[in-house]
Amino acid sequence: MTKSELILRLAEKNPHLYHRDVERIVSAIFDEITRALARGDRVELRGFGAFSVKKRDARVGRNPRTGESVRVARKHVPFFKTGKQLRERLNTGE
Amino acid sequence: MTDNTVTRAQLGEAVYQEVGLSRNESGDLVEAVLKEISDALVRGEAVKISSFGSFSVRSKGQRIGRNPKTGEEVPILPRKVLVFRASHVLKGAINDALANGGGQAPAAPGSGDSTPPAGPGSRF
Repeated sequence: MTKSELILRLAEKNPHLYHRDVERIVSAIFDEITRALARGDRVELRGFGAFSVKKRDARVGRNPRTGESVRVARKHVPFFKTGKQLRERLNTGE
Repeated sequence: MTDNTVTRAQLGEAVYQEVGLSRNESGDLVEAVLKEISDALVRGEAVKISSFGSFSVRSKGQRIGRNPKTGEEVPILPRKVLVFRASHVLKGAINDALANGGGQAPAAPGSGDSTPPAGPGSRF
């Protein structure tokens, strides 16, 4: 399912909303999560999962093709931990 | 780096600010979005949100684990796990924002080392 398919499904189930508004709603949600993570905040959605940011220290890596050493700068990476309820649903199929 | 937690309530508020719906209905829509995504994943479908990331379900085989407290070997049964891969847009937004307050700025490409730092198009 892509973002546009998600929007389509929601629009079908909410016929009182304009398709354009459903698009704005879906974007508002993902933009808000992105903004929170960019502030270094955690986003916790019980039953679904939690997004957080992990810090990766600078390190010396290696170019796997040439074997050359490369300095990799310190960076922040987004991380998602699946919520308990969703994890259980994935394994029981409902 | 602040240490706040954003929940459904703030996402509902963001929807409320964006379109002229009641707070109640805004909250219901946040829930509906999470439900559609969850349902697709439970069906085994991957969910791709452009500029954000993709969620996919991976099947793990059985393996032997160990109870860290007792050292006892226990079988870990085959199971399905959810994997989230952030898009480069999301990774970029986080690093652009946190690099400044986070101290050392990312090394500029071509600053001595001949190979550029890992970036879009490289592994992962």
